[in-house]
Amino acid sequence: RVWIRFILIQNRAGKTRLAKWYMQFDDDEKQKLIEEVHAVVTVRDAKHTNFVEFRNFKIIYRRYAGLYFCICVDVNDNNLAYLEAIHNFVEVLNEYFHNVCELDLVFNFYKVYTVVDEMFLAGEIRETSQTKVLKQLLMLQSLE
Amino acid sequence: NKNSCVEAGIRGICVGRCKSKEAEIKRINKELANIRSKFKGDKALDGYSKKKYVCKLLFIFLLGHDIDFGHMEAVNLLSSNRYTEKQIGYLFISVLVNSNSELIRLINNAIKNDLASRNPTFMGLALHCIANVGSREMAEAFAGEVPKILVAGDTMDSVKQSAALCLLRLYRTSPDLVPMGDWTSRVVHLLNDQHLGVVTAATSLITTLAQKNPEEFKTSVSLAVSRLSRIVTSASTDLQDYTYYFVPAPWLSVKLLRLLQCYPPPEDPAVRGRLTECLETILNKAQEPPKSKKVQHSNAKNAVLFEAISLIIHHDSEPNLLVRACNQLGQFLQHRETNLRYLALESMCTLASSEFSHEAVKTHIDTVINALKTERDVSVRQRAVDLLYAMCDRSNAQQIVAEMLSYLETADYSIREEIVLKVAILAEKYAVDYAWYVDTILNLIRIAGDYVSEEVWYRVIQIVINRDDVQGYAAKTVFEALQAPACHENLVKVGGYILGEFGNLIAGDPRSSPLVQFNLLHSKFHLCSVPTRALLLSTYIKFVNLFPEVKPTIQDVLRGDSQLRNADVELQQRAVEYLRLSTVASTDILATVLEEMPPFPERESSILAKLKKKKGPSTVTDLEDTKRERSVDVNGGPEPAPASASSTPSPSADLLGLGAAPAAPTGPPPSSGGGLLVDVFSDSASAAAPLAPGSEDNFRAFPKHPRISAGGSEFVCKNNGVLFENQLLQIGLKSEFRQNLGRMFIFYGNKTSTQFLNFTPTPVPRCGLDSLTRTHLNLQTKPVDPTVDGGAQVQQVVNIECVSDFTEAPVLNIQFRYGGTFQNVSVQLPITLNKFFQPTEMSSQDFFQRWKQLSNPQQEVQNIFKAKHPMDTEITKAKIIGFGSALLEEVDPNPANFVGAGIIHTKTSQTGCLLRLEPNLQAQMYRLTLRTSKETVSQRLCELLSQQF
Repeated sequence: RVWIRFILIQNRAGKTRLAKWYMQFDDDEKQKLIEEVHAVVTVRDAKHTNFVEFRNFKIIYRRYAGLYFCICVDVNDNNLAYLEAIHNFVEVLNEYFHNVCELDLVFNFYKVYTVVDEMFLAGEIRETSQTKVLKQLLMLQSLE
Repeated sequence: NKNSCVEAGIRGICVGRCKSKEAEIKRINKELANIRSKFKGDKALDGYSKKKYVCKLLFIFLLGHDIDFGHMEAVNLLSSNRYTEKQIGYLFISVLVNSNSELIRLINNAIKNDLASRNPTFMGLALHCIANVGSREMAEAFAGEVPKILVAGDTMDSVKQSAALCLLRLYRTSPDLVPMGDWTSRVVHLLNDQHLGVVTAATSLITTLAQKNPEEFKTSVSLAVSRLSRIVTSASTDLQDYTYYFVPAPWLSVKLLRLLQCYPPPEDPAVRGRLTECLETILNKAQEPPKSKKVQHSNAKNAVLFEAISLIIHHDSEPNLLVRACNQLGQFLQHRETNLRYLALESMCTLASSEFSHEAVKTHIDTVINALKTERDVSVRQRAVDLLYAMCDRSNAQQIVAEMLSYLETADYSIREEIVLKVAILAEKYAVDYAWYVDTILNLIRIAGDYVSEEVWYRVIQIVINRDDVQGYAAKTVFEALQAPACHENLVKVGGYILGEFGNLIAGDPRSSPLVQFNLLHSKFHLCSVPTRALLLSTYIKFVNLFPEVKPTIQDVLRGDSQLRNADVELQQRAVEYLRLSTVASTDILATVLEEMPPFPERESSILAKLKKKKGPSTVTDLEDTKRERSVDVNGGPEPAPASASSTPSPSADLLGLGAAPAAPTGPPPSSGGGLLVDVFSDSASAAAPLAPGSEDNFRAFPKHPRISAGGSEFVCKNNGVLFENQLLQIGLKSEFRQNLGRMFIFYGNKTSTQFLNFTPTPVPRCGLDSLTRTHLNLQTKPVDPTVDGGAQVQQVVNIECVSDFTEAPVLNIQFRYGGTFQNVSVQLPITLNKFFQPTEMSSQDFFQRWKQLSNPQQEVQNIFKAKHPMDTEITKAKIIGFGSALLEEVDPNPANFVGAGIIHTKTSQTGCLLRLEPNLQAQMYRLTLRTSKETVSQRLCELLSQQF
């Protein structure tokens, strides 16, 4: 019963830069979740943990400059594994976009989805090797 | 570069450039109009342009605008041979197309082609699309194909990874469509695959499959252990790509350790030894100096460590490992990383419930108390409270309760109620001395009165009533506490109740003479809410019995306009009745009526139930309770519905417990949250009685239907009751019928604290073999609200029309999502032919005249059967009336026989029915004869009624 329910990337103002859902939600519910996550995550400071209880789940999040990367998982799932999965993902984005910034995620949203699908699929961690993921992404890029 | 053109196009519609919301909408509408005209234009668009516009549409959608076209163009892109065009097409579909789209056939077709293409890139896109959409239609189309791709020898590694997780998604959505087969054993062997990415994906799949089919995937245990062993013993550079900040394959290790948590400790000693070595190695590594100062290194290392500790706790069999785990967590309790302190507190909570490590956990009590006082993050303090609760036993209860009480003074509002519950439970459970218990609860009310729920103060009253050694002390203590000029209303309630019962124990002291007691309580009266005032009025009438000398004073108060003419009906009624009672009843009668409350039956603390409800059962466990709680949960969830007042000493009802029936509620029953269906059954004795709370046996009395219930015969002669109940859901019915029409109210109660989503109950008539074309029953209903909040109840009204006689009862199909899983329940709805009975009274002469008219062999159906229940005349009569026919007295010459008559109404016909039931007490048998003008009706009614005796 353990899998990622959704991945969100939001900026401080609450603008969503990526929303990846691994469970069926209707549009209203998605909007509500996005707002709730933003509300619980942005009030926390550096002295707080990177984990927040959220409804019957928990959010594991990490802040990079003005962006919050949030993963929603079951309460009994491994916090640190997802915390580092976020960092691993961010390092891949950084490498792929050569110092990634918020606008890269905006304008290249369709590429970001590809990166996500390479690393997470069906709510599970699919591939963790940065080398392998980047190699695949470069191969796909060459097809463009 | 073509690609940057797309990007430029997107930049063109970027919101950042628009000054206002209106400007943005204007800009977007213009763009949408442009795209629409391109799509509608005469000139066929080339793939590149199509991709560009579909991509723009997607972008606009992601900005939060509705998109109602472009789907067809996106589907067209799927059959392109260019990766970029295909990718945008698939992305659009994953994000925007819902499962019941008409396009699904076209989409599935394109996916099928890509899966067969042998082009790994295209196969990957198709598999990702299935995994992302995961609809039932896709499961139907591809659940057979995906396993083949997964285990085929020539499939590329990256495709295997995608196929494994794609299959996982389909299995989660539609497990019934994913058949186990030859592939299962081959999937297990993917744990040995050379490519660690394949192992990573496969482990997730195997874990999920193993949770549901542990036997079939048992071999995965030894494979997982050896894989794990190879990882943890590898040098930090061995795994190259899969080493993350000097930690070898941390995510895969976590996944393997999770897979092992689906199983008990391995039986094979060799495997078991190897696993123990792995776990020891992981614990040893935690003690080694870090290979990097980066937080990524320590996080990855500790992710594996915490998962290993979870497995150690799950096995709960190696005392040595458990104690080592506890010591390691003890170090983390003082770590400078907040994350680690938090996780250590959380993990230690589960260690506290193991008998092997409970003592080791207790040694950290001071650190935990310190965390409670100093942590900045409320969620960390919360974990500290949880851990103190979990490590509490007789030896440290006084210290822990005292610390929690003092923390309560400054605790965050969000967690006060929970702390109150925990303190109340610990105080009760570990009370050696009940004076301490009473003091603790009164302190709770003083410090956090607003957060003291009914359960808590009901409970203190229960305990005081059940233990005569503490009653005098309790009376004295509440009397003193009430002296405070401002005290919480909950204290007035407890004080009023206890003095009403035991005020006599302190009345000897002139400082707390009856009149002083009364004046003290009455000084609070006017500031209290109606329920509390109602309770105090009951205290006063109890005083009339306890202290005859204050009777005139109390009668004066009751007689006052503010009581006798109170606008509140309940208060007015109490005043009138109590005044009358005090005037007319003799001392003896008063003493009987107002006797001291009898002890409450011992049962599970209602507070514990409340805490479980708040936190979910799994989080509230401790050493002594684990087993008992499990058995309670099996019986249907946290809190049996308190239907009658005896559940909790709700003083508003119980003090009135006139004479011998303390359970009979006067006035409206207290609405204490737990009872989902109470209101429905308040008129039905048969349903209300077994609801007597706390008694698990009674709770079992409800029929439980695992699948479709076979007979549902208990509803043949009654219209109300609980139809179905499981851990999650309770379904109650209330129905009424007139002639060929009926109306059924179905009440769905969510017994959990979690929302049900997509809640769709659908009643469906079933056709018998004889009726392939005709419907015998028409059912009409409106959909209910698809979301049912935790603890809430929704109602559905079904209008029923009986068209012609029938045998098959309709079925109620209920589907909903609960905590991410899809639930499916089917229950037979007890709508039987006899519901459309109208009783007919007739004389003996008429009866036998008609009886003779219906003597055609097809018209009579007879059944001779053994009695299944005691042969009681009154019950039999009640059943015949409940069945719907008239019970005709003094018609049959033999007074032991029962005869009945009535008309079955359907839309198409009316059928007169006569019945005769002849009991044979000696043989414990019955003979039942039905005569009607229609064979099928006689047949069906005879079947239905025969089951009842």
